[in-house]
Amino acid sequence: MQRFLSRRLIALIPTLFGVSIVVFVVIHLIPGDTISAMIGTTYKLTEAQAEALRAYFGLDKPLYQQYLHWMWAALHGDFGYSVRSGEPVMSEILKRFPVTFELTILSLLIAIVIGIPIGVLSATKKDSFIDIFGRLFALIGLSLPNFWLGTLIILGLSLYFGFMPNSGKYISFWEDPLQNLKQMIFPAITLGFAFTSSVMRTTRSSMLEVARQDYVRTARGKGLGETRVVIRHMLANALIPVITIIGIEFGYLLGGAVIVEEVFALPGMGRLLLQGISQRDYAVVQGTVLFIAFTFVIVNLLTDLTYAFIDPRIRYE
Amino acid sequence: MKHSLFMRLMRNPSGLFGAILIFIYLLAAIIGAFSCCPYPPDEQHVPDMLQSPSKQYIMGTDEFGRDIFSRILRGATNSLKVGLSSVLLASLAGIAIGALAGYLGGEFDNIVMRIMDIFFAFPAILLALAIVAALGPGIRNTILAIAIVYTPIFARVARGPTLSVKSTEYVTAARSIGSRPTYILRKHILPNITAPLIVQVSLALSWAILTEAGLSYLGLGAQPPEPSWGSMLSDSRMMLELAPWLAIFPGLAIMLAVLGFNLFGDGLRDIFDPRLRH
Repeated sequence: MQRFLSRRLIALIPTLFGVSIVVFVVIHLIPGDTISAMIGTTYKLTEAQAEALRAYFGLDKPLYQQYLHWMWAALHGDFGYSVRSGEPVMSEILKRFPVTFELTILSLLIAIVIGIPIGVLSATKKDSFIDIFGRLFALIGLSLPNFWLGTLIILGLSLYFGFMPNSGKYISFWEDPLQNLKQMIFPAITLGFAFTSSVMRTTRSSMLEVARQDYVRTARGKGLGETRVVIRHMLANALIPVITIIGIEFGYLLGGAVIVEEVFALPGMGRLLLQGISQRDYAVVQGTVLFIAFTFVIVNLLTDLTYAFIDPRIRYE
Repeated sequence: MKHSLFMRLMRNPSGLFGAILIFIYLLAAIIGAFSCCPYPPDEQHVPDMLQSPSKQYIMGTDEFGRDIFSRILRGATNSLKVGLSSVLLASLAGIAIGALAGYLGGEFDNIVMRIMDIFFAFPAILLALAIVAALGPGIRNTILAIAIVYTPIFARVARGPTLSVKSTEYVTAARSIGSRPTYILRKHILPNITAPLIVQVSLALSWAILTEAGLSYLGLGAQPPEPSWGSMLSDSRMMLELAPWLAIFPGLAIMLAVLGFNLFGDGLRDIFDPRLRH
């Protein structure tokens, strides 16, 4: 296990390196001068002043030196300063991270708690009412844009319950858990809907695959109860592809969260990124994208590890 | 073969339903492109603002009195423009890269696929968002962003089957009579890897439509007054309770278009790869 782990960790380094280069290059595609974007149009700078600022921020150096400088600082947790708030980008990100984290975890829970049981029922009672309903639900879930679902949820809640989930101040979980969950549950449903659909779909097809195996027939043949066959023999084996899908898609929740946070006005990392984009605050954009991409890579690694942990056949080739 | 493929699709329920939705989507886009809508999409009928759906305006009007139905049609044109061009770019680039890497193998394959892997280390929507943010909002940059994000996916889908076709006897035979690699790729490899690629094109289109809508929802896609389904939905938030139809129709349009390509892709996959069918 240890060798497997260290090999995976070493393989991570070139990926993270590549990711940082892509982020750096993309942000430097931005046309125009960073200094004039920073200062805006309110003040006029003399050429000498602009030169001095450029030298101060290291913008007069060749691009590769700028990259190395930025990366070296980033490795030490320094993502630079937000031009708008003057705060270090890292502390802004860490302030917003818990919101995004909670949102994605809640969506994940919803997907598991709803997606797996419906998938199992759908497979064991193939072509029944619940199967057809489940498949329809999954199909719609995969095509429904989350920003539309979120808008419809807000509309429904405000029309019928007079409750606006996207208004009012954000309350963190530690301040008031109940109030916080009331704010988070609808965004989590919105974000988790498509996820639930794919978990359901994968569980269903994986269960159908397993149902054909010899050991399932043997289990039935030796007279085990149906519930025991389904849970101990089928589900335990059918879960492996489901866990893979959960891992893969969990990373995508981080991307989806950007839009859902905007729909429900939640102060998470996605909102920070969008603010950075609209205010042309490039240190923030660069830092947030890099942070989310790193998290994504690490989540994928954890998935692989879990995967190897629950299925001994996969471990250490 | 072409005929039987079409017939088999028509007998597959999800393929058929998907094809119908795609047909409606294409029709809407063409009508929008030639401005055969009931009203010009950005014409303002101020006395008729915020009308609910009626005979005169079948999907109602917005806060400027613009006809929503006409804007939906024009939105379909923009959506199709982005979807088709980005998927075309991504598939050309991706298939070329993937097939070449798979065929040549060795160091070249290794390096190219490692570079592609780096793009997989981003949540797709995030990468598209960052690219549009850097290049600036607008239809052209949206196309470019979606194409860049989707190229590695096509590369991966093209590479796998290339590897298995490469070792077949007819490719060895072609090589032994001295055919050039470009000729072998074009004549022997591409025709034999099309099945998974066609499925991928359908799924890519559904993703491209969704992403275009998402980016324009965030204000980074088509710029006003040009209508886009995403930006219409985003604008509707201001008067959600007053005029819910402003949110319902654009969202429905996005969902049905995406559903169409998803169903069609599923239908194609059922036909090409019956092992996956359940």
